[in-house]
Amino acid sequence: MALEVTQILLNAQSIDAATRNHAEESLKQIQEQNLSAFLLSLSAELANNNKPIESRKLAGLILKNALDAKELHRKNDLAQRWLSLDLATKTQIKTSLLQTFSSPVSDARSTAAQVIAKVAGIELPHNQWPELIGSLLSNIHQVETHVKQATLETLGYVCEEVDPQVVDQEQVNRILTAVVQGMNATETSSDVRLAATRALYNALGFAQANFTNDMERDYIMRVVCEATQSSDVKIRQAAFECLVAISSTYYEKLAPYMQDIFNITSKAVREDEEPVALQAIEFWSSICDEEIDILDDYRSEYTGDSDVPCFYFIKQALPALVPMLLETLLKQEEDQDQDEGAWNIAMAGGTCLGLVARTVGDEIVPLVMPFIEENISKPDWRGREAATYAFGSILDGPSPGKLAPIVNVALNFMLAALSRDPNNHVKDTTAWTLGRIFEFLHGAAVETSVITQENCQQILTVLLQSMKDVPNVAEKACGALYFLAQGYEDEGSVSPLTPFFQDIFQMLLFVTHREDATESNLRTSAYEALNEVVRCSNDETAPIVMQLIPVIMLELHQTVEAQKLTSDERDKQNDLQGLLCGCLQVIIQKMGSIEGSKYAFMQYADQIMDLLLKVFASRNATVHEEAMLAIGALAYTAGPNFAKYMPQFYQYLEMGLQNFEEYQICAITVGVVGDLCRALEDKILPYCDGIMTQLLKNLSSNQLHRSVKPPIFSCFGDIALAIGENFEKYLVYAMPMLQSAAELSAHAVSQDDEMLEYTNQLRNGILEAYSGILQGFKSSPKTQALVPYAAHVLQFIDTMYGGREMDDAVMKSALGVLGDLADTLGSHVGPLISQSSSSKDLIEECMVYDDPLIRESAEWAKLAINRAVSG
Amino acid sequence: MAPPPDHRRPIKRAAISDQQRRREVALRLQADRRSDAQNRARQLASSVLSLGPEPATEPEVEPEQEMSEASGQLAGRSDFDPVRAARLRGPEVRKWFARQLMLPEWMVDVPPSLDRDWYVFPRPSGKRCFVVSSNGTTISRLRNGSILHRFPSNLPNGARAKDVSGPASSYSILDCIFHEPDETYYVIDMVCWRGYSLYDCTAEFRFFWLNSKLSETGASDPPSQYHRYRFNVVQIYECNLAGLQASYSGQVPYVKDGLLFFNKHAHYQAGNTPLALVWKDNVCSQYVLDTDSKGQIPSQQQVVLELQNDGNLTTSDDPPVALGSLSRDLIAQSGLRVGNLVRVAIKDERMRLVDGKLDLGELQLVGKTNHSRAFADTYSKVLFQHAARHAPLRIEDLVASIQSNSSMDNSQALDVEMEG
Repeated sequence: MALEVTQILLNAQSIDAATRNHAEESLKQIQEQNLSAFLLSLSAELANNNKPIESRKLAGLILKNALDAKELHRKNDLAQRWLSLDLATKTQIKTSLLQTFSSPVSDARSTAAQVIAKVAGIELPHNQWPELIGSLLSNIHQVETHVKQATLETLGYVCEEVDPQVVDQEQVNRILTAVVQGMNATETSSDVRLAATRALYNALGFAQANFTNDMERDYIMRVVCEATQSSDVKIRQAAFECLVAISSTYYEKLAPYMQDIFNITSKAVREDEEPVALQAIEFWSSICDEEIDILDDYRSEYTGDSDVPCFYFIKQALPALVPMLLETLLKQEEDQDQDEGAWNIAMAGGTCLGLVARTVGDEIVPLVMPFIEENISKPDWRGREAATYAFGSILDGPSPGKLAPIVNVALNFMLAALSRDPNNHVKDTTAWTLGRIFEFLHGAAVETSVITQENCQQILTVLLQSMKDVPNVAEKACGALYFLAQGYEDEGSVSPLTPFFQDIFQMLLFVTHREDATESNLRTSAYEALNEVVRCSNDETAPIVMQLIPVIMLELHQTVEAQKLTSDERDKQNDLQGLLCGCLQVIIQKMGSIEGSKYAFMQYADQIMDLLLKVFASRNATVHEEAMLAIGALAYTAGPNFAKYMPQFYQYLEMGLQNFEEYQICAITVGVVGDLCRALEDKILPYCDGIMTQLLKNLSSNQLHRSVKPPIFSCFGDIALAIGENFEKYLVYAMPMLQSAAELSAHAVSQDDEMLEYTNQLRNGILEAYSGILQGFKSSPKTQALVPYAAHVLQFIDTMYGGREMDDAVMKSALGVLGDLADTLGSHVGPLISQSSSSKDLIEECMVYDDPLIRESAEWAKLAINRAVSG
Repeated sequence: MAPPPDHRRPIKRAAISDQQRRREVALRLQADRRSDAQNRARQLASSVLSLGPEPATEPEVEPEQEMSEASGQLAGRSDFDPVRAARLRGPEVRKWFARQLMLPEWMVDVPPSLDRDWYVFPRPSGKRCFVVSSNGTTISRLRNGSILHRFPSNLPNGARAKDVSGPASSYSILDCIFHEPDETYYVIDMVCWRGYSLYDCTAEFRFFWLNSKLSETGASDPPSQYHRYRFNVVQIYECNLAGLQASYSGQVPYVKDGLLFFNKHAHYQAGNTPLALVWKDNVCSQYVLDTDSKGQIPSQQQVVLELQNDGNLTTSDDPPVALGSLSRDLIAQSGLRVGNLVRVAIKDERMRLVDGKLDLGELQLVGKTNHSRAFADTYSKVLFQHAARHAPLRIEDLVASIQSNSSMDNSQALDVEMEG
């Protein structure tokens, strides 16, 4: 019972807003009234060659959106909805979609391909539509070119959509065969060849078995390499994209092909069009990524080994690779520094050079130095910029001992270039390179810093002067100051920056007020530098930082007062408010941590709080987050005195906890609840009903981003620790939630590192909750209320211990909980603990652990348990 | 120009934004503070637990009168680290405890806002000690860590009587002065109560807690079989004129030894702190001027300093302050070694302030100190003693400071009105 939707779909794209809105409304209504009929009509519309392409495309798009969404919970809802439709409807829709392949209109075919992939993404994991791949491939050799192209495109989308595990190897073989044949040079249609090459990119993840088979791998690699030589630039680009994907997925299989790949990429970098050349450079960057990871694993103190061995491809290619990359540096574009999103061969080449330096370390230095020396004084700015860029790029990787002598010679030259070079690109890169020097060759971690008491003043003078230069240069100068200051963060009172604090603040504030401060990210950089200088202040400079407070408050006040802004002004205003709140946060943290300045600082607390509350009037997520962070810092510094702000602040706290869409705000707010608990202790009690209600709601919602859940559990612990036995009334709600989450996370099988990490975060949150609750009830007559839960807590730890996937943080928390159980419940749990397998073995194991914190936790737990068992 | 691929960060672009860094720092701090909060409870408990087995036979009370002065003397401040303390045994336990007391500086000038930010109370004369009650016993330890008394008390878990309010392991720690004449512990601060740490609480809150909690326990009851000594709270005043007057000249049931001032916002901080101050004159204390090793007041001011390897003599502040030096010959002659505490006399004409720092010039050696003495004098003590001999800070000065504060408030109020 297909409906006539063509006109509505066309109206929905009308330039007339009223018509458009009306059409959208109608579509919504039809969808709500009868979903099956609606979806059927859309698929029929898409398949119908007699309909206008505009309505067909929109029909496909709406169909696609009815099957998939970005947010995980909505995605799941839509999948469930599709699965629950009756079989006949689904079959008919799928038939229409497959029929669309024969359409002469390529947009219609392409749209259908995407929709089919979405359906496959839902159905294949449920073992439905098993015939899909078979029917796609059954007559691939007989069909017309455009059907073949659509089929290959669909295969690519399906591979992108579904997990490799749900497709059996036989089907994988068929897919790969079809795809690789489509890529072959013998394929005459370049549309087909392009679709096949793009499909391979998505299908590579399915080819694990095929890549272990030498013959099949050789064949795939040969076809891919041949495709990089196609006369069609799109095919060449797609083929290089495949090579990049192969370099990360099958690094350990590459050795036999590296010589050929080097020749291909090197030619492409030098001669091919930019999109192809960029991919060719990306291949080497990607190899660097792999080798950096492997070498990191080799150096890791725990494993000292890597699953995949390092083949040292970069080291071997070095003598040819470095000159190739250096050449790219000379291909700068005019004005590339003004465009933040810019990406070109020179930038990709420098980025790759930086990765190469991190991969091989010292060895790169002698290969780059001649290039620098040759070009650094060239009359053409390109030479000077490229030389400086090369130098800046290799500062992370080689040892400070190797670089320091060169930097010592170069520093004066660089300072002169930053002040006097006539070209803005050169100055931009010079300031950036200075920043890199400060980042990697200066600071407490570096044995002999290249910055001395003597040259520091000169450097500062030049940097501050450059902050008056054009925005992109000034921005880099701020960035350089950021790293210069960072190097002094742990210096205490001897920091050579001390005498210049006033000048630095003055200049940075001047920069934030420049009329062009919104260009090139300048204002943000200036505030970031300001924050960093504040972070490295000390007893001596604290009074100067203190003077900054009224200034920042005044600025924030002005943004709060500003009215009737255009939307563009509003955006800038939001950015500025976020920066100012961030700055206040850093100042509060710093002043709160310097004992001598804390009390003087607190005189501003009322005003700061007042302002921050006004900032919440803004609708902007970043601003809320920054204000929330600042308030958390203020609460920690103010301690119990923060109680007086709670009546006004509470509504915003609740608002933050309810913000599911911008889940970072929710997460930050949960963290702030923790800050408040530690600051207010039992004075937070009057607010706990509201907070606990919201937190419990959040946990039971499937709409909240999962990353917020572990902190919510930890937050239970914070609350319990703060209000002690008053937590009793929440036990009946909180404990079942903790138990079921514990149940799930204890048995979770983690397929990948990301999942494992999340599982451990969840476990840690649950354990922190148990610890807080147990400690909160310590010494209370209501301790008995916890006894019934003890067995489950022990079982949770036993199960995790048996599963052997606890990370260090979880282990430490688990030891803490064991000790807390014994300490709080004493003889009530003595026998239970004695029976627990983990209590004895885990503790014994951890007593000899490397990490002293874990050893201490184990000792504590043992002590407490001994007492509980003997008493 | 096309943008770079998603996962590829152009080398000239910052790795993380400062906002991301702020977020990460905030999260890290929160996590650290959470584990601090949880560990503090655990580790304090375990440090107290492990003290249990230590033998009680240590009545080596420091005989020197220094004890009653409770002046700030610590050789280098150690952070509060009960984890380490938990592993210590015997003499190390003493050393550790010796560093846990908050030691007031001597008041050499009047802090601003005395009337608004400070408390004052008359300090009982006697032995400053930490009193810990846990697991059915109560132990008091002197500032040098040695045990003064081990006894039953009505403090929480302070006696082997059944305490209904919680497990025996929960401990309480009080900062007290033991007043010999009436055998009473005068409680001047509360550090932990029933396992609940008050280290991070302001003085305002600690005193409030002290007053409300101590009375609940019966610790102030007269001595009995299971309550060997009485614990009394000291009356604490706001440091306004009335409070200062009451502390200075009011009647108290104990022998007064000067006045103690506590900043209301200060946390309990182990070691020397300028946020607690001691002041005295002849009206409110019998011991204004230091005595020498024979108990006499010497004609010249004497100070106790620590000998450093460069010949400098330093105070016990952190960092130590060098006040003068001894010549190499003299050191050799007297058989002194680095780290020795020496008593030196100050020749008045040599003493001067250079750039706001005290310089005593070359000092006259009196001798080594009594061996039970553990720490050199602090800088503020030397200054106070010097002032006491020459231009003492008088009660009138304190009164004047409070009055000027309140009159300043008035004048500000006037200004506002005049502008209006």
